[in-house]
Amino acid sequence: MPFGNTHNNFKLNFKTEEEFPDLSKHNNHMAKVLTKEIYGKLRDKQTPSGFTLDDVIQTGVDNPGHPFIMTVGCVAGDEESYEVFKELFDPIISDRHGGYKPTDKHKTDLNFENLKGGDDLDPNYVLSSRVRTGRSVKGYTLPPHTSRGERRAIEKLSVEALTSLDGEFKGKYYPLKSMTDAEQEQLISDHFLFDKPVSPLLTCAGMARDWPDARGIWHNDNKTFLVWVNEEDHLRVISMQKGGNMREVFRRFCVGLQKIEEIFKKHNHGFMWNEHIGYVLTCPSNLGTGLRGGVHVKLPKLSTHAKFEEILTRLRLQKRGTGGVDTASVGGVFDISNADRLGSSEVQQVQLVVDGVKLMVEMEKKLEKGEAIDSMIPAQK
Amino acid sequence: MASSFTRLFSSKRNVGILSLVGAGSVTAGFLLHRDHVTAGAPVRRMYPASAEFPDLRKHNNCMASHLTPAVYAKLCDRATPNGYTLDQAIQTGVDNPGHPFIKTVGMVAGDEESYEVFAELLNPVIKERHNGYDPTTMKHPTDLDASKIQSGQFDERYVLSSRVRTGRSIRGLSLPPACTRAERREVERVVVDALAGLKADLTGKYYSLTLMTEKEQQQLIDDHFLFDKPVSPLLTCAGMARDWPDARGIWHNNEKTFLVWINEEDHTRVISMEKGGNMKRVFERFCRGLKEVERLIQEKGWEFMWSESLGYILTCPSNLGTGLRAGVHVKLPLLSKDPRFSKILDNLRLQKRGTGGVDTAAVGGTFDISNLDRLGHSEVQLVQTVVDGVNYLIECEKRLERGQDIKVPPPIRQFK
Repeated sequence: MPFGNTHNNFKLNFKTEEEFPDLSKHNNHMAKVLTKEIYGKLRDKQTPSGFTLDDVIQTGVDNPGHPFIMTVGCVAGDEESYEVFKELFDPIISDRHGGYKPTDKHKTDLNFENLKGGDDLDPNYVLSSRVRTGRSVKGYTLPPHTSRGERRAIEKLSVEALTSLDGEFKGKYYPLKSMTDAEQEQLISDHFLFDKPVSPLLTCAGMARDWPDARGIWHNDNKTFLVWVNEEDHLRVISMQKGGNMREVFRRFCVGLQKIEEIFKKHNHGFMWNEHIGYVLTCPSNLGTGLRGGVHVKLPKLSTHAKFEEILTRLRLQKRGTGGVDTASVGGVFDISNADRLGSSEVQQVQLVVDGVKLMVEMEKKLEKGEAIDSMIPAQK
Repeated sequence: MASSFTRLFSSKRNVGILSLVGAGSVTAGFLLHRDHVTAGAPVRRMYPASAEFPDLRKHNNCMASHLTPAVYAKLCDRATPNGYTLDQAIQTGVDNPGHPFIKTVGMVAGDEESYEVFAELLNPVIKERHNGYDPTTMKHPTDLDASKIQSGQFDERYVLSSRVRTGRSIRGLSLPPACTRAERREVERVVVDALAGLKADLTGKYYSLTLMTEKEQQQLIDDHFLFDKPVSPLLTCAGMARDWPDARGIWHNNEKTFLVWINEEDHTRVISMEKGGNMKRVFERFCRGLKEVERLIQEKGWEFMWSESLGYILTCPSNLGTGLRAGVHVKLPLLSKDPRFSKILDNLRLQKRGTGGVDTAAVGGTFDISNLDRLGHSEVQLVQTVVDGVNYLIECEKRLERGQDIKVPPPIRQFK
């Protein structure tokens, strides 16, 4: 379990073969990469905060995966995990992020003015627009590893930063453990409230420990900018609104993030970032931008077209149901978002969403008129 | 009271010495050096104890009742020789505030030494859970002589089945919340090895959870033997489901009356059962099987965790002492509707559960009735309590059938 490291020293009395997990029925990125050799090499290592190899892989050992869905199967316990266990993380990052190499550099671009268009997605089809990312606060360990004292310190600092915002970002913090019934009802109606994680992918990694201590939700008075504190990452930052003005959503996202980052920097606790993996987050799948920009869009005809999946792949987009990951679509309404996180910038990823959704809406309109869309199918982006 | 066991190893300092005798035991070599394993303070103590103290204001479990900031501060830097810490021991109680009506224990042991290293917290928890039993001053009696049981055959018009279960831990290996994969596999190897030596009516077979065929799995489900990956957050938050199903399995004899679970909530859970009301025979087989398994592991240099003050050492403090739950499925449709039913059970030191086990409801007036107590009374005493109590309940049911009144029996004396 991810607390002290003395337990790991005790384990070293056993041989590698005796401790190596049985991954014969597993199907996740960690299981594909972890060999006895790599295990043997890394098992006596630990990060400065005491996070060990077994801590990294426990979630992947406990959750063999799904024959069709490939989960990551490992987490970072702190910023240094990605260095200390590089030999495990690098190939996993490469598999998950389209061949990203250990020598590759990641570009960060949060200048919303670089986005072209995005303010004219047809609201008859695009019901809502949203951009989310995560941020980790430097100097603290990550949710799989934090102690109660650390988690509370992260909350305190985050609340200080957020409550100092003004203008369109003026808002309020609702700690999970002391919110009133009325506040809870309202947050549920607004679809803001997050629950104690039930997914074993998260609970087996230790992220739900001590719930709901030091967890909470902050949002601005306009209900268009929202921050989750101490859920799967230190911070999850969300900008959203009804309709198709993704440009405005992205503007508020970039401006808000930059304001928040300034305040954290002043306290000598900026965000974890480096030029190789961009923003450092708990799950390797969220490295880079950590950004998922998406819309809820009505595509009843296109979604039943034989080429729908191929179109999505070529546009570098993915579909989900409107309940989020692992849900089904309802009434032909899909959540469409960028598939990439690492190796392209925020602007580039949102541009793909904006351009791709615009094209798909046009395809939908064509199909409504009974016309073919074959000539519109794009090349691989 | 004469124990049928010779307590060879009363001091825990002897841990591991006999294990050296075991052939092929991978842990034999280093176990001798167990005391020299670095049991330093945890690496990360950037925050004072007061910043780390859990918020237990909405909690209702035994751990929360006894963990004060002072106790926390005293114990939070300690670790057992394996490196098990206080934060790990209490995590399940922090994560599961409890229920206003049901008071859970809220903490576990990661190894035998936890009960000593964290005694300042565990002792008051044990005292509360076990009706005033004080491990610092009292001794727990062990008695597995089934011949002492009297009137152990119930009226089978009422008692549908009889069952006795307990747990046993293998000394020298960490408990389910803390064990490494290698340790867990060692537990499996040691126990399966011993079970293979059982003979006559105890001859049986092991079914590893990782290797069982679909057909075997279906049969075990039909027999109501198969245990699942724990879903209760009380167990998962304590880390007991890690690496599932690695090194977990079920052993049972060919007659399906003696069953052993390996590496579920404890190293082993041992169950003797049969249809009908012959509790004496169930207990006799229970004792015989347990003693035989103990003899077989001792041949290889292993032993069960046991101490004079706590009896058999198990993961959950609620199962210390005998770890024994002896029970029946019994039809009490009239008595169960009588308002005095709960009081009668209380006074008889019995508890009721539904026939699905803990946290289930009764179906059709049939209840699972078993002993409440675990620690401070011997196995023989507890089984006798169940025998006497169930016979009394059946008497009450018969009286109610005849339209006669029943009496609430006086309470059985406790330590408090």
